[in-house]
Amino acid sequence: MIRVELPTHLRRLASVEGEVKLEVAGPVTQRSVLDALEARYPMLRGTIRDHGSVKRRPMLRFFACEEDLSHEPPDAPLPDAVATGKEPFIVLAAIAGG
Amino acid sequence: MSGVRVLVGTKKGGFVLSSDGKRDKWGVSGPFFSGWEIYHMKGSPTDPNRIYASLSNSWFGQVIQRSDDGGKNWHQPGTPAGEPTTTPEGMPKGESNKFVYDASDKTGKPLTTHQWYDGTQHPWEFKRVWHIEPSLNDPDTVYAGVEDAALFRSTDGGKNWNELSGLRGHGTGPKWQPGAGGMGLHTIVLDKTNDKRMFIAISAAGAFRTDDGGKNWKAINRGLKSQYLPEPAPEVGFCVHRIAQHPARPNTLFMQLHQGGGAFRSDDAGDTWQDVMGNLPTDFGFPIDIHAHEPNTVYVIPMDPNMRVPPEGKLRVYRSKSGGNEWEPLTKGLPQENCYVNVLRDAMAVDSLDKCGIYFGTTGGQVYLSPDGGDSWKPIVRDLPYVLSVEVQTLP
Repeated sequence: MIRVELPTHLRRLASVEGEVKLEVAGPVTQRSVLDALEARYPMLRGTIRDHGSVKRRPMLRFFACEEDLSHEPPDAPLPDAVATGKEPFIVLAAIAGG
Repeated sequence: MSGVRVLVGTKKGGFVLSSDGKRDKWGVSGPFFSGWEIYHMKGSPTDPNRIYASLSNSWFGQVIQRSDDGGKNWHQPGTPAGEPTTTPEGMPKGESNKFVYDASDKTGKPLTTHQWYDGTQHPWEFKRVWHIEPSLNDPDTVYAGVEDAALFRSTDGGKNWNELSGLRGHGTGPKWQPGAGGMGLHTIVLDKTNDKRMFIAISAAGAFRTDDGGKNWKAINRGLKSQYLPEPAPEVGFCVHRIAQHPARPNTLFMQLHQGGGAFRSDDAGDTWQDVMGNLPTDFGFPIDIHAHEPNTVYVIPMDPNMRVPPEGKLRVYRSKSGGNEWEPLTKGLPQENCYVNVLRDAMAVDSLDKCGIYFGTTGGQVYLSPDGGDSWKPIVRDLPYVLSVEVQTLP
């Protein structure tokens, strides 16, 4: 079971509270986690990854295990702690900006 | 008794203000979608309980929401959870927030470039929906004006959106350029007397008209002026702020143009325009609207062109009962000192009660109402977030 932590706006959009728990078939990567997330919560399509390019929207970051994974390839395996559900995969809205 | 519902889009969410036909006491519900910028909310003329809302922000992009019960409950139209996201043929299904410029061979136009701030060419990039215009006769059909400027249509209640690419494919596309706020298609006027005719406006390209339901478009900017354009009479390049039409006189249009332009009027469906600024105190403002029962009575809110606040700190609506040129300031009930708010292009609307109500929202969070056609004003609410849009529904 993969745990995903969403920012407030997206939790509100998906009508969920707290973490989202997902079953992910196959290798656990950014792409497979986000594919599973969007399949279960279609209203989130386009809000994390751009509809056209399917790339991470620029003001969002991906974190896990106290590491910034935003620039990792989308098909790179996520840390074991994420794959086993010990740690969440965090979608973070970058807010700094004065 | 009739009622009124005012849909207010703000930088921090949407609000619905409700009253009976007296318009004395108001209920306020919201914020809906708190934290999202609500560029526009508008209800269907044929089904007032069907309301569309455009949500966006810099982090999560664009989302369309829909209410089928007058704004009490909202949902995002599109593929329900658990359903396949592709068709049996393997094609991806559309999504309610998926706005993709149509560059297909069969229906689209080449996705070329438009002019950027530095004069170079820049690719078209979708950013957000500025304006939503539900069809006059079908609640499931709705138009969306977007940034970068293009016109989209949904015929299934907002689930799928397809571009009417003839507009972006107008030969002048490479000359269109963004204003300071972006290159948005912000005005959509559907002609109540001719379902094939539609008017749109873009900052900063100008006004366009279609007479065939959106396939082909004509630039309608002849007679407009701008002191900042090098050519005296270019086909496009004008920073139109708003266009208004009264259904009783479908060939007459009123326009608020950017600084250096002012207020204009056309009596031939936009083919030619005449300056009707007359005695207005400035040539700058955003909204322009028309009295529901008097097609020659027009309202504007002039702003200082440099500060974009009311001149002299006095919030004044100007009314012309002669279709322009002669304007009178309306001040009763409006702040006449130390007022430095703005009123944006989509933030003024009218109801159609016997005594026409005029409404506008400010960047200071006030929504003002005149229940007597502009003679006197009062705030419905004073402390909402920065108001982006105001629409009014007159309910049976």
